[in-house]
Amino acid sequence: MTGDIVGIPWAVLLILLPLMGGMACFLLPSLSKSLGLVCALAILVAVGGLGWQLAENGAQRYAIGGWGAPLGIDLYADGLSLLMLVMAALVGLGVSVYSSAYFNGDKARHFWPLWLFLWAALNALFLSADIFNLYVTLELLGLAAVALVALAGGAETLNAAMRYLLVSLLGSLFYLLGVALIYHSFGSVDIAILAQRMESSPAVWSAVGLMSAGLLLKTALFPMHFWLPAAHASAPAPVSALLSALVVKAPFYILLRLWLEIFSPTGAEPGQLLGQLLGLLGAAAVLWGGIQALRQTRLKLLIAYSTVAQLGYLFLAFPLGTSMAWKGVLYMLLSHGLAKAAMFMAAGNILRFCGHDRITDLDGVAQRLPLTLAAFSLAGVSIMGLPPSGGFVAKWLLLETSIRSGQWWWAVILILGGLLAAAYIFKVIGHAFTQAEVPSKPGVVPARMEWTALMLAFAAILLGFIAPAVFELMAIGTPVSGVAVG
Amino acid sequence: MNLTTLLPLMLVASSLVPGVIIFFLDEKQVVARISLNMAGALLKLALAGVMLWGVVHGYHYEIRLPLLPGIDLFLRAGPLAMLFVTLSATLWLVTTVYAIGYLEDSPHRSRFFGFFSLCVTATAGLALAGNLLTFLLFYELLTLATYPLIVHRGTEVARLAGRNYLIYTVGGGALLLLATVWLYTLTGTLEFTARGFLSGLDAVHHPALIVIFVLFIAGLGVKAALLPFHGWLPQAMVAPAPVSALLHAVAVVKAGAFGIVRVVYDVFGIEFAADLGLTLPLALLASATIIYGSVRALFQDDLKRRLAFSTVSQVSYIALGVAVVGPIATIGGLVHLVHQGIQKVTLFFCAGNLAETLGIHKVSEMNGVARRMPWTMTAFTIGAFGMIGVPPLTGFISKWYLGMGALDAGQNWVIFILAGSSLLNAAYFLPIVYAAWFKPPPPAWPHERSFGRFETAWALLLPPIVTAALTVSLGLLASSPISPLEWARFIASREFSP
Repeated sequence: MTGDIVGIPWAVLLILLPLMGGMACFLLPSLSKSLGLVCALAILVAVGGLGWQLAENGAQRYAIGGWGAPLGIDLYADGLSLLMLVMAALVGLGVSVYSSAYFNGDKARHFWPLWLFLWAALNALFLSADIFNLYVTLELLGLAAVALVALAGGAETLNAAMRYLLVSLLGSLFYLLGVALIYHSFGSVDIAILAQRMESSPAVWSAVGLMSAGLLLKTALFPMHFWLPAAHASAPAPVSALLSALVVKAPFYILLRLWLEIFSPTGAEPGQLLGQLLGLLGAAAVLWGGIQALRQTRLKLLIAYSTVAQLGYLFLAFPLGTSMAWKGVLYMLLSHGLAKAAMFMAAGNILRFCGHDRITDLDGVAQRLPLTLAAFSLAGVSIMGLPPSGGFVAKWLLLETSIRSGQWWWAVILILGGLLAAAYIFKVIGHAFTQAEVPSKPGVVPARMEWTALMLAFAAILLGFIAPAVFELMAIGTPVSGVAVG
Repeated sequence: MNLTTLLPLMLVASSLVPGVIIFFLDEKQVVARISLNMAGALLKLALAGVMLWGVVHGYHYEIRLPLLPGIDLFLRAGPLAMLFVTLSATLWLVTTVYAIGYLEDSPHRSRFFGFFSLCVTATAGLALAGNLLTFLLFYELLTLATYPLIVHRGTEVARLAGRNYLIYTVGGGALLLLATVWLYTLTGTLEFTARGFLSGLDAVHHPALIVIFVLFIAGLGVKAALLPFHGWLPQAMVAPAPVSALLHAVAVVKAGAFGIVRVVYDVFGIEFAADLGLTLPLALLASATIIYGSVRALFQDDLKRRLAFSTVSQVSYIALGVAVVGPIATIGGLVHLVHQGIQKVTLFFCAGNLAETLGIHKVSEMNGVARRMPWTMTAFTIGAFGMIGVPPLTGFISKWYLGMGALDAGQNWVIFILAGSSLLNAAYFLPIVYAAWFKPPPPAWPHERSFGRFETAWALLLPPIVTAALTVSLGLLASSPISPLEWARFIASREFSP
C-alpha cells in the first residue's frame, strides 16, 4: 500500500491537475466552480502524497518522459519545493473556496481557467530543475496574474494591470538575459549541473546581476515595489490574496534557489556584497512599507503596502546567511502567505459589506462582521510577529541569528518593523470597534467567505505551534544547509 | 500524559475553552453564557486549590511542548507561580460575578466575556510559565486580549485610550522580546531557576547583562505602571468597572509586577543582580513611582482616576520589596502582590457600584453617600484603610514587612518612603471616607437607579463584601499556615542562600 503511494509521480500530477482542470473549466464553464474546487482538493492530496514520498525517500528527481537532463525536462522536489507547494495548496484551497462564493456569472467563467493555469505555472515553477524552465513558468505565471488583475475591470484597474504587465515582462526579460549568459558560459541550464561547474567570473556575475534585477523587480523589493500596491489593491479580493500570498513569492523562490545552490557556494567577494545590498534593501522595504501602510486611508492599499514591508523581511537572511536565518525567512514566507491571504479576504468581506474600504469609516465592523474582524486580527498577530504565530517563530529565528552574528542592526529593523506593523494593523482594528449608525444598505457577505478568511488566519497562528515539525520537512534534501556568506 | 502534566494545562484551559465557546454564543443565550463563565471560574479555583495542595506536598506539576528549535512551551507550578495563580483564580471568580451583574442588558456581552476569559487565560499562563519564552507568549496574549475590553464601549475616547494602551504595551513587549532573544544568545537557556541562571556567566558579558536588565525592567515596567511608563493606566479608566478591576488587580498590572519578580529572582538571581549594582536603581525608581503616584492621586477629582494613580503607587511596593534585597523585604513585596490585588479590586468594585447605582463618578459628589449605600461604603472604607496600612488589615502586613526588611537590609531611607507614602495615602483616601460617612447627602443623586431590596444589585454588592472580608481576615490570620504571608515566606526561603 505504502509502496503504491510512494510510487505515484505526485510531482507530475501537481502540474497536470491544475492544467487539466483549467482546460476543463475553459471548455465547460457551467461546471467551472465545482471543477475548480475538486481540483483544489486533489492538489492538496497530491501535495500530501509528494510530502510522504519525500519523507520516505528524500529529495526526488523526475525525468519527464524518461529523457532526463540535459536533453529532457527534469523536475526536482526537496524540502524547499515542498514548503512552497504546501503553501500554494493551502492558500489555493482557501482562494478557491472563497472565490466560489465571490465570483458569479461572467466573472466566474473567466476566473476559474485563469486561476488554475496560474496554479499550474506556480507548481511547475516550484518543481523546475533548470533555470530555463524557471523562466518559462515565471512568464506564464506573470501573464495569468496580469489577466486576473484585469478581471475587476474599470480604468484604474486596467491601468494598474498594464503597469504590472510591463514590469512583469521587463523582469522576465532581464532574467532571460542572465539565463542566456549562463548557458553560454557553462553549456547547461540544469541547476544541479551548474552547481558543479560554477566558478566566479565576470560573465557569471553579470548574469547574477541581470537575473537578480529581474527577479527583484518581480518580487517587488524596495525600491522596485512601485507597481505592487496599485496592482494588489485594485484586483478582486481573492486575486489580491493569491498575488500577495503566492505570486510575489515565486520570483523570490527562484532567487533563493539560485543563491543557495549556484551562486553562494562560490563564496566570492561580489556575492557577499550583493548579500549585504539585498539585506539593506530589505531593511529599507520593511521601514518604508510600514510607514506607507500607516499613511494609507484605504484598507486594501494598507494591506498591499504591508506586503511590501513583509517582503523586505525575506531579504534579511541574505547578509546573515546561516541555516537558521534561511529557516526563519522561509517560515516568514509561509506564515505571511497564509496571513496575508486571510487579510485580503477579510478586506474583501469588509468591502462587500460596507461598500467601501475607507479605514476611518469602518465603524461597527467588529459588531456586524465579527468573524471577518477576527480573521483580520489573527492574521495581524502573525504579521506583527506576536506570539503565538508563524510570524513570531520567523522573527525569533531572525532576531536570534542577527544578535548571534553580531549584526544587531538587523534586530533593530525587525523590532521596528514589528512596531510599525502593530501600528497599522491596530489602526484598522481600532476604527472597526467604534460605533456608528448602520450603513444604509449593508451588502451580504456569504458565511463561506468569512470562514475561509478565518481558517487561513487560524492556520497562520497554528504555525506558531508546529515549527519543529515544519523545519523537519523543510530539511529534506538539505536545501538550506547553512552556507555562510559574509 | 498523567495528572501531573495535565493539571497545569487544565488550569490554563479552564478559562480558554469557555472563552472560545462564549465568542460563538448569541447575545440572548444569557443562561449558557453565565453557566460557562461560572463553571470555568469555579473549575479554575478548584484546580488551583488542588495544585496548591500538591505543591505543598511536594508534587511537581509541569508540561513541555516543543515550540521553537531548542525552546519549549513550558508550564510549571512552582510556589511563586501558585501565589499568582491562586490570587488570579480567586479574584477572577468574584470579578466574573461582578461583571455579570454590571453588564446586565448591555450590548456585546459575548464578545466581552470571551476576551475577559482570554485575559485570565493569559494570566494563568504567564503565572505558570516555566521559561521566559512562555512568559513572553502569554504576556503578549494578555496585551491583545485586554485591548478589546478597553475599547469595549466603542466611543472615540475609548478608541484613543485603547490606542494609547497599545503604544505603551506593544512597545514594552518589543523590548521584552529583544531582551529575551539577546539573553538566549548568551545563555542558550531561558528556564526560570531559583536564584537565577546567570551568575556563572563570564564577566565579559556583564555590561550586556546590565543592558538586558534595563530592557527587561522597561518592558515589564510598562504593564507594572512604573514611572515613566505609567501613562496608559489612568487613561484606560474609560473601560467598564470590571475591566478596571481586571487591569488593576487581577491581570495586567500584576503581570508586569510578577514579571519583575521573576526576572530579578529566577533569571538574574537577587544576589547576582545586587552584585551587578542593578537593585538600587530599581529601588529608587520604585520609590519615585510610589511617591509620584500618590501625589498625583491627591489631585484627582474623578474617583476612578484617583484609584488609578493609587495603583501606580501601590504596585511599585512590589518592585520596591524586590529591590531592597533581603529575605524580609522579599516577603513584603510578594505578599503585597496578593494584598494590593484584593484591596484594589474592592475599591474598583465600589467605584463601579457608585457609578452604576447613583451615577457618581467624582469624589466631590460622594458627600453622605454612605447613608444611601452603607455596605458598599463599608467595603470601600476597609479597602481604603488597607491601602493606608491601618493594622490589622492586609496593607499593614505588607508595609510592616517592607519596613522591617529595609531596616534588615540596611536601607533605612526606605522607611521614609513608606511613611511618606502612607501619609499621602491617608491624605487622598481619608477625605473620601469622611465625606461619605459624615457629610450630609445632597437632595438628589446624579443618576439614581433602584434595585429593589438591596442598596444595589446583589451581584454588584456581593463581590466587594467578599473581597473586603478577605482584606480583614487575611490581615488577622496573617500568621496562620495557609495565609499568603506564610506562602511568601516559603518562596523567599528558596531565593536566598542560607
